[in-house]
Formats: sequence, C-alpha cells, structure tokens
Amino acid sequence: MPHAASHTTEEHHEPTGFWSRYIFSQDHKVIAIQYTITALVVGFVGLFLSWLMRLQLGFPGEFNFINPNNYLQFMTQHGMIMVVYLLTAILLGGFGNYLIPLMIGTRDMAFPFLNMLSYWIYLVSVILLLAAFFVPGGPTGAGWTLYPPQSVLPNASPGADWGIRLLILSLAVFVASGTMGGLNYVTTVLQLRTRGMTLMRMPLSVWGIFIASILALLAFPALFVGGVMLLLDSLFGTSFFIPVVNVLGQQLGREGGNPILFQHLFWYFGHPEVYIVILPAMGIVSDLLSTHARKPIFGYKAMVISIAAIAAIGFIVWAHHMFVSGMNPYFGFWFAIATVIIAIPSAVKTYNWLLTLWKGNLHLNTPMLFALGFVSTFIIGGLTGLFLGNVIADVPLHDTYFVTGHFHLVMGVSAIFGIFGGLYHWFPKAVGRMYSEALGKLHFWVTFVGSYLIFFPMFGEGFLGLPRRYFSFKGIESFSPIIHDLNVFITIVALAVGAAQLLFVFNLIWGAWKGRKAEANPWRATTLEWQTPTTPPPHGNWGAQLPVVHRWPYDYSLPDAPQDYIPQTTSQRS
Amino acid sequence: MQGILLAIVLVLLVIGAVVLTMSGALWLPTLASNWGAIDNMLVITLIVTGIAFVVLNLILAYIVFRYRARDGQKAAFFAENHRLERNLILVTALGIIVMLGPGLFVYSEFIHPPQNALVIEVLGQQWRWSFRYPGTDGKLGRTDPKLFAQNAVGIDITDPVAQDDVVVHGPLHLPLNRPIIIKLRSKDVLHSFYVPEFRAKMDAVPGMVTRLWFTPTKTGTFDLLCAELCGTAHFQMRSKVIVESPEEFERWLQAQPTVAQTIKK
Ligand code: HEM
Ligand SMILES: [Cu+2]
Ligand SMILES: [Cu+2]
Repeated sequence: MPHAASHTTEEHHEPTGFWSRYIFSQDHKVIAIQYTITALVVGFVGLFLSWLMRLQLGFPGEFNFINPNNYLQFMTQHGMIMVVYLLTAILLGGFGNYLIPLMIGTRDMAFPFLNMLSYWIYLVSVILLLAAFFVPGGPTGAGWTLYPPQSVLPNASPGADWGIRLLILSLAVFVASGTMGGLNYVTTVLQLRTRGMTLMRMPLSVWGIFIASILALLAFPALFVGGVMLLLDSLFGTSFFIPVVNVLGQQLGREGGNPILFQHLFWYFGHPEVYIVILPAMGIVSDLLSTHARKPIFGYKAMVISIAAIAAIGFIVWAHHMFVSGMNPYFGFWFAIATVIIAIPSAVKTYNWLLTLWKGNLHLNTPMLFALGFVSTFIIGGLTGLFLGNVIADVPLHDTYFVTGHFHLVMGVSAIFGIFGGLYHWFPKAVGRMYSEALGKLHFWVTFVGSYLIFFPMFGEGFLGLPRRYFSFKGIESFSPIIHDLNVFITIVALAVGAAQLLFVFNLIWGAWKGRKAEANPWRATTLEWQTPTTPPPHGNWGAQLPVVHRWPYDYSLPDAPQDYIPQTTSQRS
Repeated sequence: MQGILLAIVLVLLVIGAVVLTMSGALWLPTLASNWGAIDNMLVITLIVTGIAFVVLNLILAYIVFRYRARDGQKAAFFAENHRLERNLILVTALGIIVMLGPGLFVYSEFIHPPQNALVIEVLGQQWRWSFRYPGTDGKLGRTDPKLFAQNAVGIDITDPVAQDDVVVHGPLHLPLNRPIIIKLRSKDVLHSFYVPEFRAKMDAVPGMVTRLWFTPTKTGTFDLLCAELCGTAHFQMRSKVIVESPEEFERWLQAQPTVAQTIKK
C-alpha cells in the first residue's frame, strides 16, 4: 500500500498563523468545531422561536406581538432550522468531521480544502436563512414542508414573495455544502482507513455517519430539484406545481401544474432526511452505551445491517406522509407495508441496545444518561410511528398534534440527546478539559423529564383531534377546556427546558476555559480517537506513526483481560 | 443514585402513560360516523405498541437499577445470540402483522365508497367552506376551475344539470344514516376536510377532485376544521356540520334556492 506508506512518513505541516489555524483551517477538527458552534447558535434561534410559539399557544391573546402571520413564520423557521441547519449540520458536519478521521485512523479528510469550503458555504446558507427576517414580508410561513401553491402564490401565505425565495436559495446553498461534505466523508471512509481498520471493525458512530452521508448524497438532489422548480414558479410565473387557481378573488394565469408532484419530491428528500439525522445519532448512542456499560455492543453485525436496511428501505416509504394528500389511494397499501417493515430493523437496534446494557456495569455519567435518554425517547417515538405508518390509523391522526408529538420525540428529542451525549463524551478529547459533571447531570434531568412532559401530552391532544399549525384553538367548541390547561402546562415546561439549555452552554464554556485538565482517555475507551499521542490531538492527529488496528472496537470486559477494555491498537498477542 | 433515580423516573413514566390512557381524559371524541373500524384499529395499535412501550421501558428501568456501577461489579462478556435475535424479530414481525393486516382491510373499505351514496361537493378556499348539493335530478352540474372568474364556485351555469344544484356557504347539512361521498375541490391552495367525530379526513387540492366517504350515525352539530396549513387564517377556517333526520334534511334542502335562482348567467 504505497499510499498508506507515504501517509505514515509524511510530515504534517502545521499552519502557524492565527487565520490559517483557527479560521480558514483545513484541519478536520477545527472545521468540526466551527460546524458545531455555528449549528448550536442557529439551534438557539430555533429554540427561541419555539418559546414564542409556546407563549402564544399557552397564553393566547396575552402577547400582542405574536399574530397569526408571524406565528406561522416562527413555526416554519423553527422547523427548518431544527431539522436542517441544526441537526443535519451538527451530526454530519460536526460529528462527522471530528470523528471519521480520528476513528478510522487517518490524518484528515480526503479533500481538506473541499472540507473547509463546505463549512464556509454552510455559513452562507445560515446567513441567507436568517436574512429572511429582514426582507419585505419576512420569512415564509408555509411550513417547513413548503407546500405549493400557498408557499409561492402572492398573498397566499406570509412571506410568499421574498421569504420563500430566500429560503430556497439558502437550501440550495446548503445542499451544495452538504454535497461537498458528503463526498468527503464517504471517500474518506472508503479510502483512508488505517492498516487493520476493516469496514467491519469500524465503530458504529462511523457506520451511522457513513451511511447517512450516502443518504444525503442521494436525497438532497430531490430537494434541490423541487426547490428550483418552486423558485421558478415563484419568480417567473411558471406552473410546475400550480394548476388553475383563483386566489382571494384573483384568477391567476397559471395552468397545468400539480401541487402533489412537489409533495413527492419533498418527501423523497424529507423522509431519508429524518434518517440522515437519526442514523448518526444511533451510531453515537451505540458507542456511548457500550463504552459506559463496559460491555461489547450486542449484535454488531446486526447493528450494521439494520443501519443499512433502514437506509435502503427509507427510500421507498416517502409517501406515508401523503396518505390523505389526494394521491392515488392505492399507493396507501404499498407505502404502509414498506413503512411498517422499517419498524423491524429499528426494533432490532432497540433490542440490541437493551441487550448491550444487560449485565453491564453502567457508569451513569452525563454522556451515558443522555444515551439512555435516547433509548427511551426513541422507543416512544418509534412506536407512535406505527400509528402513522399504518395508513388507516393515520387518517384521523394526520396533521394533528399526535404527529407533532411523534416527530419531536423520535427525531427532535432523540437526535438532540444523541448530540448532547456525544458532545459531553468527546468534549474532553476535543478541548482537553473536563466540564462540571454535576451541571451536566442537572442539564440531563431537566431536559429528559421536561421533554416527556412537553411532548407526551401531545399524543392525547392528537387523539382529541387538535390540528397542528393552529395559531389558536379559541372558538372550537368540541375541544374540552382540558386543552387549555394542558397548553398552559406544556408552555411552562417548555420555557423551563429552554432555559435549562443555558446550563449546557455555561458548562461547556466554563469547562473549556477553567475546567480540570482531562486525561487522554478518561472513559477508558477502546476506539482510536482516545489513543492519540496528545490531547487534544495535534494537527495530523497521530504524530509520526499512524495507528495500526488489531481488533474490533468493542473489547470491553473480556474475561481474562487484566483491564476491562482493550484498545483497538493493542495487538492480539498482548 | 443516578441509576435509582432514572429507574424511578422510567417507572413513573410508564405508570403516568397508562393512567393517562385509562382515564380517557385525552381520548378520541365520541364517534359520530360509521368508522368504528378506524377506532378499533387505533385501539389494536395502542394495545400492541402499548405493550412494547411498557415492557421495553420497564426493562430499561430494571437494567439501570440492577446494573448501575457498584464496587466489585464486572460486566459480563457476551456479544451475540442468534437465536434470541431471531426470536425477537419474529415477535416484532408478528406484532406488526396484527396491526397492519386488519388495517389494510379497513383502508380498502375506506377507499371504496358504496354505490348508493349521496354525493356532496365541498369547496375550500381561503378561508371558508362552501357546499353544493345535487338538486332533484340527483346529479351535480359541471364545474371548471377557469370558471371561478365568473362565479364563486366555478360552476358551469350553461349546463342543464347544474340548474337545480344547491350551493350554501353555511353549515353542511347531512342526513342521518345515509352514506355520503364528499367530493373535494379547492379554489386556491391546499385545504383539508376534517371532522374529528367522523374520523375521516382528506385534502382538497386545486386542479383536481379528491373524495372521501362516511355515514353519519349521530344527529347533532359538529365542527368542520381545516387540517392542512392554508395560510394566515388556517386556524379559523371552520364551519359546522349538522346531522339531522332524512326528513328534516329533505325539508331543509327544498327550502334552499337553486343555482338557477342565485347565479346569473
Ligand atoms: C423544547 C424544544 C421544542 C419545543 C418547545 C418545540 C415546539 C414546537 C412548536 C410549538 C411547534 C409548532 C406546532 C404547531 O403549531 O403545529 C413546533 C414545530 C416543529 N418543530 Fe419543534 N420544538 C422544540 C424542539 C424541536 C426540535 C429539537 C426539532 C428537531 C427536529 C423540532 C422540529 C420541529 C418541526 C419540524 C416542526 C414543524 C414545523 C412545521 O409544522 O412546519 N422542534 N415545535
Ligand atoms: Cu417519513
Ligand atoms: Cu387550512
């Protein structure tokens, strides 16, 4: 392997200037941190917007600056920010960048310059996204699903002129950034694994990110295409998605388009998108559980196969979001069957997590608590998905708060728990210092209990029939007064949970600045990133010699071993 | 300490969820249509997923309690058990079949309306509902979205069949115990016809006609809501549904002016 050999002896040219080191850096670790911080900052904007929505829902009429128009704008920006600009960016751009080269034992990504470009282009997409608050008409209020005709017809919904155009532009730029990142991650995993790191010796974190990157490369183009046509419909009066319509008494000269076509394109991207978010989180959680339970992951091969199976089947289920959209009703049979089949690999993962923990020795520190929280919220989120996938059960629940509860728990809260767990877990490696364990635990408890209190009651609201995306429920007689009390309760908890996130920010900033110096391998973990010569790892990661891998990543508590873990770099004989 | 706490919280979660469900405080509104089968599907799904929810969370609670790190405890080493994995997959598949099998039958019923149904057209627009009934000829007249420029419901007033149609913007009157096919049209953007008590729901899409069917089985007044985001006043796009005896319904319909009387050529 001439390539690997040249890598081993290669001098790592560490850039010396401040700008090339910390700003326009091509080091995957710096880029990872840039991605992470940027995504968290936008995430806080999204969180703040959820406060505004909850204030209106809990105390309708009390806050005059929230009106039916900007409620929908807050909602759309919130949804888009959370799914795309926070979760996707932090899991692929943040964790993907940090973990892939370190976990597979290489010095950097395959294309470091492209990697840097990917971050800066992501930053541009974020700026475009937030700029929508300052254009005439404000951001679009068409929902994160952007359904036409309302998203693009003049006056049909708030922000239907500049808001939607800016958002599509921002998404297109994001797709460009994501493609650069995705190509990099896939190539790096396939080409740059160190000696001994076979595919079936990769930690599940890398598997999750790797497969999610492939999904991103295949799914984003559908969003791109849909977005371009939507933009044309908005800017130039074309009719890709617009049939003959009459908006507020005005007959528009459009003809021949089909709104449902957009829904297919959107969900062809949108459904894999939820797996782009959840697969890396699943991978991270698997590694956290195994490490902190001091036990090998149960059924490693089954875990890898389920990740691949979820990803593959994930491409043929998209129209389960469209059971009552007016599409051909016979589609319902197929998309229901395909959807519930996905439940099997998802269930396998859950069983295997529990079996990993079974007879373990659970160190319940902050990262472990979040990983366990993930397992619990993923259970309820996944199970409620069976209502929505089973076409006829979806009919009464579709577009009610049941759906809101479902996707928040399975995609929002679960993914966020994976992220929190991962951040706490790798913080000592990335920064070289420890955070406060007490604050971390407090953060976990408020967030874990709070998330259930916020989102669990929404299943009940959905059964009662409460439609989602409603500014207010006043005047609907059939909804009992219990709805009002429940909404007040949810709002109060949401405010508390939101505020508790400041604990997390404070803890990380304080830890990075004043925290106790971290050991090189504080969790006594087996994977490569914990075996770097210095902590944080230097530019080029490994010093003179690349690590050589001798075993799979889960040798915890081997019966006759002197320690309860054996690093991947330890050879068989020792 | 953390382990015990987490176990307690998980057990409380399970108890809370079960109590909340059993109490019925947050349950479906009283059924007012033939779609009891949909309710049954929800109940079956709730039982199957509910069992999984309770069992899995209790196992997790037991694990964090029993296997929390203590002095002298060492984790066991086992990483595979193909028999166990296979059995778990079989149990899961069984649970899924129990839910999906009957579900698809009910769905098939849902998309095949009966022959003798009364066809009523519902038109959605920002932000109100209109309703059109066939007159004495039992047929709805021709419509075309291009005709929205001429009259509010886009009806072809030169069509003889359209003359006796009845258009109302007020409550949707329905006869009791007669299958109803709702033909949905939209004038502008997406909307969705949703009456929680009927369970049925369907989007209205401009440029095409969608449909759903149900049989009202309870007299009374119900809220008709819009369940698809359709712009600023989406949350106020409401109407009422009045289900009454067939005689009352006939009397009401006779008293309404026809298209020939209300819309000028
Ligand atoms: C404490 C945290 C959060 C709170 C209180 C919250 C609250 C809300 C509220 C009130 C809505 C609007 C509901 C409606 O009117 O239909 C909403 C919508 C949404 N949220 Fe969250 N949310 C939170 C976190 C998240 C996270 C982490 C995600 C990431 C996936 C997320 C994704 C979404 C999406 C996709 C929508 C739908 C937007 C739309 O309907 O177009 N949220 N959230
Ligand atoms: Cu989906
Ligand atoms: Cu609506």
